[in-house]
Amino acid sequence: MVDVSFGPSPDPRPSGLPGGNHAYLALMRRRRVYGGILMMLFVLVMAAGWRLAEERNAGDFLTGLHRLDDFPGEVLAEAWAKRANLPGLMWDHVPSLIETLNIAAVSTLLGALVAGALALLSTRGLARWPRLTVLFRRAQDAARAIPEIVVALVLIYILGGGPVPAVLAIALHTAGALGKLFSEAAENADLRPVEGLASVGAGWVQRMWLAVLPQVAPNWSSYALLRFEINVRASAILGFVGSGGIGYDLKLAMQWGGGKYDQVVAIFLLLFAAIVLIDRLSDAARRRLVKGA
Amino acid sequence: MTAMPMTPTLAETVSRRFRKRRLWSMAIPLGVLAYLAYAAVAFDLTGLASRARLDNAAILLGDFWSYKVHVGQDNRSGALTVAVEGEAKGTYPAGTRPDWMTAAAGETRIDLGGGHLVTYGDKRASYDVPGYGTIHVALEAGKVTLDAPQPLPDWINASDARISVTTDHGRFAFTRSKIETFRYFPGWELFFFTLDSPFSGKSPGDLVALALWEERVDPARSNIAGMIHDIWTNKMWRHGDVVWALFETLLMAFLGTFAAALISLPLAFLAAANVMPLRGLRFAARRVFDFLRGIDALIWTIVLARAFGPGPMTGALAILISDTGTFGKTFSEAVENVDEKQMEGVRATGANAAQRARFGILPQIAPVLLSQVLYMLESNTRSATVIGAIVGGGIGLMLTQAISTQKDWEEVAYYLVLIVGMVMAMDSLSGWLRRKLIKGE
Repeated sequence: MVDVSFGPSPDPRPSGLPGGNHAYLALMRRRRVYGGILMMLFVLVMAAGWRLAEERNAGDFLTGLHRLDDFPGEVLAEAWAKRANLPGLMWDHVPSLIETLNIAAVSTLLGALVAGALALLSTRGLARWPRLTVLFRRAQDAARAIPEIVVALVLIYILGGGPVPAVLAIALHTAGALGKLFSEAAENADLRPVEGLASVGAGWVQRMWLAVLPQVAPNWSSYALLRFEINVRASAILGFVGSGGIGYDLKLAMQWGGGKYDQVVAIFLLLFAAIVLIDRLSDAARRRLVKGA
Repeated sequence: MTAMPMTPTLAETVSRRFRKRRLWSMAIPLGVLAYLAYAAVAFDLTGLASRARLDNAAILLGDFWSYKVHVGQDNRSGALTVAVEGEAKGTYPAGTRPDWMTAAAGETRIDLGGGHLVTYGDKRASYDVPGYGTIHVALEAGKVTLDAPQPLPDWINASDARISVTTDHGRFAFTRSKIETFRYFPGWELFFFTLDSPFSGKSPGDLVALALWEERVDPARSNIAGMIHDIWTNKMWRHGDVVWALFETLLMAFLGTFAAALISLPLAFLAAANVMPLRGLRFAARRVFDFLRGIDALIWTIVLARAFGPGPMTGALAILISDTGTFGKTFSEAVENVDEKQMEGVRATGANAAQRARFGILPQIAPVLLSQVLYMLESNTRSATVIGAIVGGGIGLMLTQAISTQKDWEEVAYYLVLIVGMVMAMDSLSGWLRRKLIKGE
């Protein structure tokens, strides 16, 4: 049972490194020291950051911790006392839920249409104007960078309340976010069909429509569905700042405070159920789209 | 030749499938169009056209790139005030006037440029419009009277109580109580120095000279210190507060993201099937992640704000809680996808569970984890703006406040530029770090 590969002598294992084991161990030590210093710095920064955040906060952490369950407790207790109302209240808010879902769906559709055009225009090898690809990419970056709530607030000022500001705001962000993903999917498209169509004299739109879109359609739809899930949440939140839908109902009920907490819980349950259901459905649909089952 | 009888059916199936496909490719766009049409009705697009305030849009766009100086005269006391944007903090101090107006006893002359000249007298005023004539307005027996060349153009709006004239050089309004003229200038007003600063209105060359070698304006402090102090405490733009607000927003995103990553890393091992043999514990950990993730960050924000009050810590905690759910799920998926061979190798040396996790799993998942954390950091910068608006901290709060006053649109534009810049900077920073740390470029 002699380890023949290292020869009969009981010498230490030969090392490939010039300095033998010493160099390797020194390297490891150095890495460990650097890692330790980085770790300590990180812990220090985190601790200082939390301290600073706590100082600039209205209430501090420890006193707040005791009160953490006060509000949910109060809300749930009242809702439990009036639990007979819940199904009726949930039914009452279904129209608002439908509005929220419509906002999400329309903005996803509009955003995806714009994103598709932007993605094709900014993908190498497919772009209509290859020199302008940078411009279209920057446009997507900017559209992605602006938070939806900001666009919505400005649009509410111009267009008045209602669902349209929310639709436009979410669609803008969606166009930026999906544009990037769409373009990554389009980069992997097979270029041979495009060349084939080009050789028979097809125009740019025909090439994209007939050669690229059929290839990317499953991926694009999957991304768009995922975005729809995100946009349902976003449209509920935007409702909270003043454009229609179930978020607005939730805000009104919350502002009312005690006495309407059963409504808060009803709206919340409805929204939660809708989000979970949509997530499940879109999960299944996406699996079918991508796996091609 | 055995396949011969099959060919017609094959051709049939193919052409049937083609027909079906063609039908679908028509039906989908049509369905989308029909849905959009339904949505247009449901969202009351026609009503929107009547509700839309396009004049608001004009104000907003105008404020984005220009500002106005108000010259007002009270019709009762005769007092004259000159103020940038009509705000108290932009009022010219007594004795100083912009150089395009002169004020002598009983007569004030305002030059709007391009030959447009407004003159204020005692309870009367006149406006010389080149190519049209002179508009005389006066207050007689409690009524505002107008004397102008007929017919009146549509840019003069006249009633017994108010006369207003809008030209491309400015606006002029005469009511019973006061006379007001607005002159517009491109740019953002008093961006660096407000009017009470000794450095206000100086050219960049003068400022450099003052900063570097000229006499001290205020003997108590050097000119550079004075300039920095005056910019930092600028009352119009509140640069100091804005910098703090940006910092708070970034702080919320940073603290929330990294603390969530630290907390969910050990929890992710509990939820991974290849590490955690106890089914019950695994199931419980996964449901906890689902719960944290499923309740929206908005709800967490509201609940936390009730307990901790408004501020950056509340925002950071809200991000922490909802991200712990997200990271828990993605991290445990990463742990489940590791290569078992390395685990076995480490196990063969007699390592215990903690050592196996440290040396067998962690090196494999570290790049994935880091990439996800950096991606979330970028995305949370955006969320922190929104959460800040609700929870009362950071640049999001300043932005919503500026929007709700409905007049400081130049500040809205400024904050927008800052937010977009901040998010794009975080985007490139996280992309750069990802390339640097993970691909080792």
